Amino acid sequence: MRYHPHTEGDVREMLEAAGAKSLDDLFRSIPAPLRLNRPLELPPPADEITLFSELRRLAARDDVQHPPFVGAGAYPHHVPPVVDQLLLRGEFFTAYTPYQPEISQGTLQALFEWQTFVCLLTGLEVANASMYDGASATAEAVLMATRITGRSKVVVSAAVHPEYRKVLATYLRSSGDRIVTVPFGPDGRTDLAALSAAVDEETAAVVVGYPNFLGVVDAVPEAAAAAHAKGALCISVTTEAVALGLLQGPGALGADAAVGTFQSFGNPVSFGGPAPGFFALREEHLRQMPGRVCGATVDKLGRRGFVLTLSTREQHIRRERATSNICTNAGLCALASTIHLALLGKKGLAELARVNYARGRLLSEAMERQGFRRVFSGPAFNELAFEVGDAEGVVERLASRGIAAGAPLARFYPDDPKLRGALLCVATELHAPELIDLFAKAVRS
Amino acid sequence: MANPTGWKPDVQAGVAHAAQEEVGLGHATRGLAFEEGLLFERGSRGRTGVSLPPRGSDADPAREIPVALLRPEVEGLPEVGELEVVRHFTRLSTWNWGIDTGFYPLGSCTMKYNPRSSEALARLPGFAELHPLAPPSMAQGALELMYRLERALSEISGFATTTLAPAAGAQGELCGLMVIRAYHVARGNPRKKVLIPDTAHGTNPASSALNGYQVVPVKSGEDGRLHPEAVRAAMDEDVAAIMITNPNTLGIFESHIAEIADVVHAKGGLVYGDGANMNALLGVARPGDMGFDVMQFNLHKTFATPHGGGGPGSGPVAVKEQLAPFLPLPLVVREGDRYRLVTDPAERPRSIGKLREFWGNFGMFVRAWALIRELGPEGLRRAAELAVLNANYARALLKDAYDLPYATDSLHEVVFSDKNLKPTGVTTMDVAKRLIDHGFHPPTVYFPLVVHGALMIEPTETESKETIERFCAAMRDIAEEAAVRPEAVKAAPVKPVRARLDETRAARKPVLRWTPGMKVE
Repeated sequence: MRYHPHTEGDVREMLEAAGAKSLDDLFRSIPAPLRLNRPLELPPPADEITLFSELRRLAARDDVQHPPFVGAGAYPHHVPPVVDQLLLRGEFFTAYTPYQPEISQGTLQALFEWQTFVCLLTGLEVANASMYDGASATAEAVLMATRITGRSKVVVSAAVHPEYRKVLATYLRSSGDRIVTVPFGPDGRTDLAALSAAVDEETAAVVVGYPNFLGVVDAVPEAAAAAHAKGALCISVTTEAVALGLLQGPGALGADAAVGTFQSFGNPVSFGGPAPGFFALREEHLRQMPGRVCGATVDKLGRRGFVLTLSTREQHIRRERATSNICTNAGLCALASTIHLALLGKKGLAELARVNYARGRLLSEAMERQGFRRVFSGPAFNELAFEVGDAEGVVERLASRGIAAGAPLARFYPDDPKLRGALLCVATELHAPELIDLFAKAVRS
Repeated sequence: MANPTGWKPDVQAGVAHAAQEEVGLGHATRGLAFEEGLLFERGSRGRTGVSLPPRGSDADPAREIPVALLRPEVEGLPEVGELEVVRHFTRLSTWNWGIDTGFYPLGSCTMKYNPRSSEALARLPGFAELHPLAPPSMAQGALELMYRLERALSEISGFATTTLAPAAGAQGELCGLMVIRAYHVARGNPRKKVLIPDTAHGTNPASSALNGYQVVPVKSGEDGRLHPEAVRAAMDEDVAAIMITNPNTLGIFESHIAEIADVVHAKGGLVYGDGANMNALLGVARPGDMGFDVMQFNLHKTFATPHGGGGPGSGPVAVKEQLAPFLPLPLVVREGDRYRLVTDPAERPRSIGKLREFWGNFGMFVRAWALIRELGPEGLRRAAELAVLNANYARALLKDAYDLPYATDSLHEVVFSDKNLKPTGVTTMDVAKRLIDHGFHPPTVYFPLVVHGALMIEPTETESKETIERFCAAMRDIAEEAAVRPEAVKAAPVKPVRARLDETRAARKPVLRWTPGMKVE
């Protein structure tokens, strides 16, 4: 076994030194009735060639010949090879959480850079070292808001990603906190009248998508004003972070916390995970922030360096009084995003966002040429819902042609008759204009 | 090159630093150490490191999106070319310690070799480029892999069903406790308390609190084990569950587990298993056969998916049949020769719901499955045997140099205390830092909390006899040095790119991001 370096001679000498008669004898502290007296029922060991042929066969059963036209929380983007080749530096990917800062400056400085990118893109003052994903980041942000305000109600836009809302409900189940969902209007933006009516002195937070799940650039300034009028926090949720290269940072629009995923930067869709959740915040609430955070300091010789800091908020110190139970997060995914953002830089990000906006328009025009109108009139980025009639039928039909067509919105909003035929589709820099045209025609026929 | 902070690499200090006296075997940590500023401190206006396609449309966003919501570019972003980016991160990587760099005996973290095969396989386009909402007909390979992994984890742990959804061990704990809570709620009463032994990871009480449970600590005995009497005394019908790590964080098998489970079950409670230390049991014993009702895996520990400098992890949760209805969605099922995800709550009305977006950290599933396939039943058992052998060998080589607070048998890890160091004034932290100068990553320190100045060593099965011998020689060397030249130990580390960092300053005056003109002094 290539990963087990022990020779029979090694085993013999080591057993002798350890005072054990055999390998079995090492387990004498496990009472006999509790031991497994048979081999595990698993397939026999595979050599590397067999292993690769088996997994290649499996991977080949997944149809990825065309870039998917579905986003809905996981966005197909080009990942420059630089990202993955740097991630594969063993010093990065085989490291643990940087608990020994003197020999973890690489991870720590990269996390500091990640935190800076998150702050710059969101327009907020502080950020943590990443979360599991966008959904749990959203739930943690709401829990934080209940701690900060001492209130127990949260007002959530129905246009926030439905899976994020489900995760929020799961996280809040035992706390007794209440979730009030407010609808979106025909423009796909949160219904501001309903939102204002729902926010009261019991409200800890208002949660809106930016862009929201429907692909629409939601009204963060108005939502923030409604929240602040009653002393609640405004939390913005971003699933397609490339949009932040075109849109103002939510912090600049009044959001007190911005959460979501940076999957779009440097992380493949990978059947839904892993990807880095992000969490940014106004500095005044720093001590209530969940998760790990990296800070700058100096070493004994006065040289700048980085450490994990403010750990008195965390579970390994504070145990049941911690701000969260999170321990491992999504460090390597955050590194991937950091590398991709470094490559993009100021000009590259602005241009990538504009390419995505332009491809969204091409998709809109191509679909309209085929007679499919947009479902929502509000401003969009690269993701749009179209009225296609039998949305599930379209998805099934295009699957047989090797195209992941989109997300039928009726799956997420089964009670909304207006969305029965709505298909949510995305176009990014991966979708060349000709491909977009072919797609729209394929949806038609 | 622009350097708005005025911060300069201190070449002189670097030279003086490098000239310091050599310690350690084989001059272990000499290398090319470059100073490297922040990305935001370099570059020049107009540079970029990407190649983008033409837009294809000249549609103006300002005609659609309110101008107040637009920005021309993000202020403060760096402007650097591809080579600069490559060099920046390559240099940063050389400041890092990974398993690939050297021995990483971080107790309870199971820092075993991360196979390159697994990395290559997770990157196959059929896995990496598959969208989570691709129709099932386009995703049969990924779904079959998830199904096989689910079956394998259930078999390895001795449970009925496993959810792959949780993103990491701590989310697995959260999930397990939610399942426990849902089970009790379904029986009419969520109950109020969770029992947690004093040797537990900090995530256990934090996860309990997040579920609204009051934490009741239970003391372990003189032998480092949890005893049925202690559990009996704490157990009543308000207790929802006990959380037990087995083997525990002292590396000791909780040999009274079956009786403890009986005590808990007799009062209607459930037994949660923290699977952080599952590496010790692979193919040898199964938590499901010992009285546990739920347990979480840490694929990034036991199944060698990379720790990545702090994630991503993956924390599947395995349960007994009676708890299966409460598991979060999705579940992967096989129907004939087709595979499908159950995502509709109508199919699983008692499910706790969703715990994360989509289906779990699929990229980690590929890596874990690859390792399980390569090792097979014999290889998995061999992994546990060699992990335990390595820990016991380290224990034998160190037990006369460091105080072993518990004489009880060790499984996959061994914990020493700082008792023998006391007269020298050298602390556990000093020993840890001196190990760095010897070319080793330190063990986990100051944990578990029940051991004063704990040094918790987990070698894992992928390390050779010689590596353990070299590490133990360094540990012994430091113990001797502490007795005769404590100041040398306390000055450590002298080798890495940074000396000891001022953590108090970091917490007192937090600087958590770059800003123009940033100064840290």
